[in-house]
Amino acid sequence: MSKVGIVLISHSSKIAEGIYELIRQVIQDVPIELAGGTEDNEIGTSIDKIMKAIQKADQGQGVLLFYDIGSAKMNAEMAIEMTESIQAKLIESPLVEGAYMAAVESGMGKKLQDIYDSVKEEFHCENS
Amino acid sequence: MELTIEDTIKWMQLTNDKIQKNKEHLTALDQVIGDSDHGINMARGFQEVMKKLDAATYETVSDVMKDVAMTLMSKVGGAAGPLYGTAFLKLSMSLKDSQKVDESSFAKALEEAVQGIIMRGKANAGEKTMLDVWIPVQDYFSANNVKADELETIAKTAMEQTKELKATKGRASYFKDKSIGHIDPGSASSYYLFTSLAEVIE
Repeated sequence: MSKVGIVLISHSSKIAEGIYELIRQVIQDVPIELAGGTEDNEIGTSIDKIMKAIQKADQGQGVLLFYDIGSAKMNAEMAIEMTESIQAKLIESPLVEGAYMAAVESGMGKKLQDIYDSVKEEFHCENS
Repeated sequence: MELTIEDTIKWMQLTNDKIQKNKEHLTALDQVIGDSDHGINMARGFQEVMKKLDAATYETVSDVMKDVAMTLMSKVGGAAGPLYGTAFLKLSMSLKDSQKVDESSFAKALEEAVQGIIMRGKANAGEKTMLDVWIPVQDYFSANNVKADELETIAKTAMEQTKELKATKGRASYFKDKSIGHIDPGSASSYYLFTSLAEVIE
């Protein structure tokens, strides 16, 4: 069964990789793609990387995007606008905890909007 | 003023020269209230812009600006990428149907670019960002017959005035009151952009 995908966006590729490891220890069957660092893997974010990650993470159920700070959000918003054929939502939650919780819920076969709502509720996030 | 394709490329060339020359300065400004990557990011971005422009031929000013936008978006890395990228994309879109870029079409394009930066960065005037240079420059274009020396002065004054502002947007906002007393790096790179434009239209 296809599942909601997750994209981890961080200024640091190591942060994204670390969260990936943490989640994969428990959840193996949810698509998780990384968009950490710039094109040269330096500190920063890359629209191209985020777009590719959205495309790879989508199994037809849509994708949730988690990000860390600053420009990651703007680049994520632009990447979502440019991949308009895929249902993608950016979520304002703590990166590690939010992504972990979303992976668990996606693993249970929950829908995009339901996962989005429960993560938001859990972490008292504003609408993004 | 009138902006030709050659002028636009020269505008980017002069901006690139200033950013490369002042890379350390931009980084130093960013170091006190940010993450010290603005100089490096802008230098990398504009270097790529020049590579792109040098290798291509153009039919319209709008097309030049579109390539500037796309290159900055994908090569800059920090917050300046999506913000400058959006600004140039809006300039490009607004000038799409202009055969000739004159003062009034450029003023209108600048207005849309400012709206784009506001939309993308969710910031507004007085928050110690690049907008504190872009908005006064845009106001000047809307209300006046543009003169190069006046444009330079307005951009420079606007940049210097960011010193007294407290940052409420971006990573600088974490520094709260400590952000006061330093020029905003984004306003400094915006000053280089508009002082270069002043040189082109001189």
